[in-house]
Amino acid sequence: MIRLWLPLTFSAILFAAGIYGVLARRNAVLVLMSIELMLNAVNVNLVAFSQYLKDALQAGQIFTLFVITVAAAEVGIGLAIVILIFRNRETVNVDEVNLLKW
Amino acid sequence: MVVAAVGTVGAFRLVTSKNVVHAALYLVVALGMVGAVYLLLAAEFVAWVQILIYVGAIVVLLLFSLMLTKAPIGREALDNQQRGVAALVALAVFAGLLLLIRDTFPDQRIEVQATNTADIGNSLFRGFVLPFEVVSILLLAALVGAVVIARRDGSE
Repeated sequence: MIRLWLPLTFSAILFAAGIYGVLARRNAVLVLMSIELMLNAVNVNLVAFSQYLKDALQAGQIFTLFVITVAAAEVGIGLAIVILIFRNRETVNVDEVNLLKW
Repeated sequence: MVVAAVGTVGAFRLVTSKNVVHAALYLVVALGMVGAVYLLLAAEFVAWVQILIYVGAIVVLLLFSLMLTKAPIGREALDNQQRGVAALVALAVFAGLLLLIRDTFPDQRIEVQATNTADIGNSLFRGFVLPFEVVSILLLAALVGAVVIARRDGSE
């Protein structure tokens, strides 16, 4: 017997930490790490509610697997872009990359 | 409770650490504790997938890219000037979420029922075949895209 608010609060903490990381970090790789943290917060919620609602199909856990897959793809593409930017601009700081700025 | 506390510490150190490699290792701590939470919630397969994919693959990928990009060390090099505003926004989001959670689920309890890999497999390949295939196509596209983006030009 686990109280439902416990995993939910854990997930809220992870999400808030992820938001802080995305907003405050300059290094693009660290921003990607914070995004991973936020995705994990969502996954914790999905699993917790899947168990709480006693879903016969375990849709929450299945979607957690999908989210993990999409996160892996996202990190692969993101890091490829980061390495490309570093090769061209010699920096990975998100506030110095202003190619798309109007 | 203990698992959640350790995971919280890991997450905080991840976003405040001055050394990027330490940040990546704290990411391992946070993700491992998320996996432990899955185990406590009796989501066995998801927990092992979490350990394998995140702690095994994604963190190694992140560490490699940190090495390739020669990331600088130090608070001024890693954090920008919006740190106070960012902390404020994060705290506001956390307070809002906490309020909603405590308001909506004051004392509901999860009756943990074990789900093993066979259950997940049955559900995945009976009810969710189409999303499974779509995700595999997405993964293939991401793989090809990453190769194309990261390849050095001039070969063609």
